[in-house]
Amino acid sequence: MTRLSRQDSLFLLLVVFLTLATPILLQPFPEGSSLAQFNAGYPDLMQRFAIYGIFAMGFNILFGLTGYLSFGHAAFLGVGSYSVVWMYKLLGFNVVPGLILAVITSGIFALLIGYISLRRSGIYFSILTLAFAQMSYNLAYSVFTPLTNGETGLQVYGKDPQYLMGPNSPNSPHFFGLAMIDSVKLHLAGWEFTFNIGYYFTAVIAIIAFYIALRIFRSPFGLMLRAIKTNRTRLDYSGVNTRPYMLTAFVISGMYAGLAGGLLAAMDPLAGAERMQWTASGEVVLMTILGGAGTLMGPILGAGFIKYFENIFSKINESVLHDWFGWLPHGVQDFVVAVINPFVGEGWHLTLGLIFVLVVVFLPGGIMEGFQRIWKAFGRKSVDSSAQTELNPAE
Amino acid sequence: MENAVLHVADVHKSFGGLHALSDIDLQVMEGTTHAIIGPNGAGKSTLLNVCIGRLAPDSGAVVFDGEVITGKKPYEINQMGVVRVFQTPEIFPDLTLLQNVLVPAFAKHDGAFRFNAVKSLQDRKDIAEEAELWLGDVGLAAKKDLVASSLSRGDKRRLELAMGLVQRPRLLLLDEPTAGMSRHDTNSTVDLLKKIKERGMTKVIIEHDMHVVFSLADRITVLAQGQIIADGTPDEVKGNPKVQEAYLGGAHL
Ligand SMILES: Nc1ncnc2c1ncn2[C@@H]1O[C@H](COP(=O)(O)OP(=O)(O)OP(=O)(O)O)[C@@H](O)[C@H]1O
Ligand SMILES: [Mg+2]
Repeated sequence: MTRLSRQDSLFLLLVVFLTLATPILLQPFPEGSSLAQFNAGYPDLMQRFAIYGIFAMGFNILFGLTGYLSFGHAAFLGVGSYSVVWMYKLLGFNVVPGLILAVITSGIFALLIGYISLRRSGIYFSILTLAFAQMSYNLAYSVFTPLTNGETGLQVYGKDPQYLMGPNSPNSPHFFGLAMIDSVKLHLAGWEFTFNIGYYFTAVIAIIAFYIALRIFRSPFGLMLRAIKTNRTRLDYSGVNTRPYMLTAFVISGMYAGLAGGLLAAMDPLAGAERMQWTASGEVVLMTILGGAGTLMGPILGAGFIKYFENIFSKINESVLHDWFGWLPHGVQDFVVAVINPFVGEGWHLTLGLIFVLVVVFLPGGIMEGFQRIWKAFGRKSVDSSAQTELNPAE
Repeated sequence: MENAVLHVADVHKSFGGLHALSDIDLQVMEGTTHAIIGPNGAGKSTLLNVCIGRLAPDSGAVVFDGEVITGKKPYEINQMGVVRVFQTPEIFPDLTLLQNVLVPAFAKHDGAFRFNAVKSLQDRKDIAEEAELWLGDVGLAAKKDLVASSLSRGDKRRLELAMGLVQRPRLLLLDEPTAGMSRHDTNSTVDLLKKIKERGMTKVIIEHDMHVVFSLADRITVLAQGQIIADGTPDEVKGNPKVQEAYLGGAHL
C-alpha cells in the first residue's frame, strides 16, 4: 500500500472529525430558542447530507475531473435503491447484501449507458445520458413494474420471503442487528444532541468513499482524467487511449450514485421511480457546481448546502417571519414580511436559484473558491487548493 | 548497412481539388536527422499528419520498422514509438508544466490504458524525476508548477519538446520546433537536439530556419506544392538549382 502526503493525511483527518462531530456541530442553538429551527442535527437530515455528499463526490469524479457533464446520474441512484429493497424482500433487513448489490448493479448499468453515451462528447453526451435516465424512469413505471412495483413503489410486505431473517432480527433496516433508527439522545444544559446509528453507519461509508475519491484524485489515473478535460485530442497523440479512461470514470461515478441510492433505502426502506427523474439528476449537477467542481470538498459542501436549504429554509413561513420582525412597527413589519415571504418557505427554490446565479457569476469555482479567497486574504494557503492545482509528486 | 526506420510509400493526399501531397516516397534512416524543408503550404505538416494517423492518405502507406502503420489509431502509433512535436503548441493548458510532461511519461510507462488509481503520483518518483529532467533540459525546470496556459509561445514550444522527448521515441517528428523562439532559445534547442542525436534517436525535422537545418540535418528533402523536388545530403541540396528557384525564388542558400 501507499501513503498519503502529510497534507492529505491532515485533510482526511479533518474530514473524519467533521463527519463524526456533525451531530454536535449542526446543533448550535439550544432547544426552545427562537433559532432552534436552524439546527440541522437531526438524524434524517444528517443522513441526507452524507448520502448526497457521496452522490456528489462520485459525480465529481466524472464531471469535475473529465468535464463530461452527465444529466442522467439519478438513474443509478434509483437502481441502487431498488437493489437494496429487493434484498430486504428476499433476504431480510440487514443492509449489507443490498448495498453490495446496489454497487454492482449500478456499476453494470453505468457500463451499458456509459459505453453508448461516451461515443459522443459535449452536449450530445449530456443529452444521451439524460435520454437514458428518462427511459429508465419511464420503464420503471411500465415494462419493469414486476421489478419496481410501478407507481406504488417497491416496499417490503409481510408475505415476502426474507430468507435470512432470524427470530430476533430487527424489523427495520439494520447493520448486523444495529437498527438504523436507533439513537442515543444527550441532553446538555439547554441543548439536545442525537447520536443515531443510521447516521454513523452512513458517515463511515461516506468517509471511505471520500478516501477512495482522494486516492483517485492523487493518482496517475486521476491525472489522465484531468488531462482529458483540458485537451482530449492531445492525449491521442501522447499514446493514451482515452475511451477506457472515460468509461472507467463513468462507471465509478455510477457506482457512487448507486451506493447513495442504496443508502437512501437503508434510511427508509422504500424505492420509487421518482428518484430517477431528471430533476434529481439536475440536483447533483447544481450541488457539484455550487460547491466547486473538480475540488474534493466542494461537491460535499454543495450537497450539504442544498439539502439544508431544502429542509430548513423551506420551513420558514409567514408566521415565523412575523415572529422575527415583531419588534418593527406594524405597517413596516407587514411590508418587510411581504417582501421576504416569497423567498422562504415554498419559495426556497427561488432563493437557491438566486444564490446559484450569484455563485456562478462571481465565484465560478463555487463555494470552495470563496473559501480560498478568504484564506488568501488572510495570507494563508488553503488545504484544498492542492486538490486543484498541486499534484506535485516531488513534495 | 543502414535500414529505414520510416518509409513513406507513394502517399497521395488531396483536400478537395488541392493536391497537398502527391507521389511522396521517402525513407528515413536509423539514427539520422532528416530535415524536410519547403515553402509555406508545401505539405510538410500534412505529411506528418499522415505519419501519425491524424489524416488518412488517399493512397499509399506509411511503414514504420517494417510494419504498415497507416490505418492504425494515433495512440497506437505513438505507443509504437512514433512521437510528434506539434507546430502550434498542443499542450494541456489547465495543467501544470510538470503534469503536462507526466501525462506522456505515464503513457510510455503504463501503456495506452491502465487503471492506475491505487498508487499515488508520489509513489512514482522515477517517472516524476524523469519528467523533471526533461523539463530541465528544455530550460523550464524553474517553472514546473506554473499552469501551462500562462507560458509565452516560445516556452510552450519548449514544453511541447519536453512532452515528446520524455517518451524516448524511436522516431521523433518535429514540426518547426524553434518557430516563435528567441535567437538564444533557438540555439539552446539546437544544442539539445544535437545531444539527443548523440544518443541515437532518429528524427524528422521540419524547419524554416536554414541555420538550424544545416547544423542538424544528415539528409534533406525539399517539398514544394506537395511534391518532392529534391532529396540528398545538405551539400547536394544546397547546390541544386531547382531548390533555389522553388524555395528561395532564385536567391542563394
Ligand atoms: N485539414 C485540411 N483541410 C484542407 N486543407 C488543408 C488541410 N490541412 C492542410 N491543408 C492545405 O494543404 C496545404 C499544405 O498544408 P501544410 O500545413 O501541410 O503546409 P506546410 O508545408 O506545413 O506549411 P507551413 O510551412 O506554413 O507550416 C495548404 O495549402 C493547406 O491549406
Ligand atoms: Mg506546417
